[in-house]
Amino acid sequence: MDGLVERNVEAAKEDPRSLDEVMQEIAEHKGCGTKGGSGKASCGTGAGQGDMPAEIWEKVKNHPCYSEEAHHHYARMHVAVAPACNIQCNYCNRKYDCANESRPGVVSEKLTPEQAAKKVLAVASTIPQMTVLGIAGPGDPLANPAKTFKTFELISQTAPDIKLCLSTNGLALPEHVDTIQKFNVDHVTITINMVDPEIGAKIYPWIFYNHRRIEGVEAARILSEHQLRGLEMLTERGILCKINSVMIPGINDKHLVEVNKAVKSRGAFLHNIMPLISAPEHGTVFGLTGQRGPTAQELKALQDDCEGEMNMMRHCRQCRADAVGLLGEDRSSEFTTDKIMQMDVKYDLDTRKAYQEKVEGERQAKVEAKQAELATMAGEMSDIKILVAVATKGSGRINEHFGHAKEFQIYELSTSGAKFVGHRRVDLYCQGGFGDEASLETVIRAINDCAAVFVAKIGGCPKNDLLKAGIEPVDQYAMEFIEQSAISYFKDYLQRVKSGEIEHVTRGDADIRQGALINA
Amino acid sequence: MAYKIVASQCTSCSACEAECPNVAISEKNGTFVINPKKCTECIGHFDIPQCVAVCPVDDTCIIDTSYPRYQAPA
Ligand code: SF4
Ligand code: SF4
Ligand code: SF4
Repeated sequence: MDGLVERNVEAAKEDPRSLDEVMQEIAEHKGCGTKGGSGKASCGTGAGQGDMPAEIWEKVKNHPCYSEEAHHHYARMHVAVAPACNIQCNYCNRKYDCANESRPGVVSEKLTPEQAAKKVLAVASTIPQMTVLGIAGPGDPLANPAKTFKTFELISQTAPDIKLCLSTNGLALPEHVDTIQKFNVDHVTITINMVDPEIGAKIYPWIFYNHRRIEGVEAARILSEHQLRGLEMLTERGILCKINSVMIPGINDKHLVEVNKAVKSRGAFLHNIMPLISAPEHGTVFGLTGQRGPTAQELKALQDDCEGEMNMMRHCRQCRADAVGLLGEDRSSEFTTDKIMQMDVKYDLDTRKAYQEKVEGERQAKVEAKQAELATMAGEMSDIKILVAVATKGSGRINEHFGHAKEFQIYELSTSGAKFVGHRRVDLYCQGGFGDEASLETVIRAINDCAAVFVAKIGGCPKNDLLKAGIEPVDQYAMEFIEQSAISYFKDYLQRVKSGEIEHVTRGDADIRQGALINA
Repeated sequence: MAYKIVASQCTSCSACEAECPNVAISEKNGTFVINPKKCTECIGHFDIPQCVAVCPVDDTCIIDTSYPRYQAPA
């Protein structure tokens, strides 16, 4: 690695900061932070455990699932090799993918371990950004240990540079921790929705354990015990653990603050709270009982509540399990089983390395631009905070046409800079070049809490409708870096408020899109 | 009797395949089927049929009355 990273890794060893800060600062080539941390091997590391941040940083800096910034430059893929599951969740309909890691209502192609390995190599040779392979649903990878570990074995033989990760409901985790370590799996995601079995009983109707089907509170108690023990065992062995929680209003929304404490104290390095996605047509128990998902504001409030405790992950897209590509992009149709089986795959480690070095240069340029822009805001005093939506295809630039955006990234702007706080998925607004009014409304509802939307290009009609809705369409930063532009816009915004040209208003709430990502 | 799988309800999740103590279950044309000659209703292995207990779709692994009740060898 280059000197920049090394220097910062050295610096990181000396001071106790949260992982997020460390990642941010190393990426930004900035000095030391001051905030203290706590907890073993977790996000925050206290003084004396100084080697953790560097180690964690090394592991996650190019991981698109853990760092939003990395998500602009690197891609991960999932393969569905493990369809069986050992528990039942009320938000799952197993005709579809596992709702824990993916979103309900989408189906991934099931592969054998051999097909999966070939697919991974095919994708990695075609898309050099592909650095991470995950095994998630449909089903639980550890309820299918033979298939899961066979896949890992095949991939690690040919493509040792690809990071392996897996997601599990945790029931079978304790018995597989040693194998996970043996295969050098460096990230495990455990979905933990509760630490109180009474609450668990409302989420999990049953588990299959010790050759029996166990129901109710007893089932949730066993599941919770295994999840937390598995988490402890993994962090003891230095394997990174991320926790996913599904926020279910009225069932576990308040309780997730407890969950956050419980997993943090056991060494989880990241907590990802995802909205329940629930619609009757998914055929899930929650879909049928009319259990609603949270609004964007409710989700953000909970993530903010937990953030003081630990790093929150806000960019999870609940991608379909077999998605391939950067950000919301999905190139999986290029890699169907038929196509990959015919491909003649040559795995070229050097080309991949060269590509990744180029990407590192871009990332650094982006960070420097942001720093320079931020410096010009020093001295500005204001309590104003606004949200803005950004249309991007990746690389950290405003490079997507409004009508083509499948999702918008949301940044919170304040005098301390631009902070990524989430993303909103939207239907494709522009279908074959024709604007469609109904979906424009959907887009507006999805970003209704934003003061502006940054795009590479936008047509006249949607522009007017956005203005009517009080959202300023901004295309003057087309192709520029997102954060730099956002800060520059915010400076201007403050000026305009000061001069009385515009009035700062608090925006309303926004919708979280229900249903599957368009089947690309 | 043996157990059978209602093909129209099977999600092909394969969970039953791994749990069957008699390796009676296998995949055929996209769904899973039980070989009635091998199925012992789990008698002698477990208190409850494993395929029934693990299947995510209720009433998908059901008793097939066209076969006589399994008799454990004396
Ligand atoms: S763990 Fe995943 S596959 Fe299993 S029931 Fe829950 S959501 Fe469905
Ligand atoms: S009842 Fe038992 S033996 Fe028969 S198919 Fe099911 S799991 Fe196998
Ligand atoms: S467990 Fe049920 S749904 Fe899954 S393969 Fe067996 S019969 Fe089909």
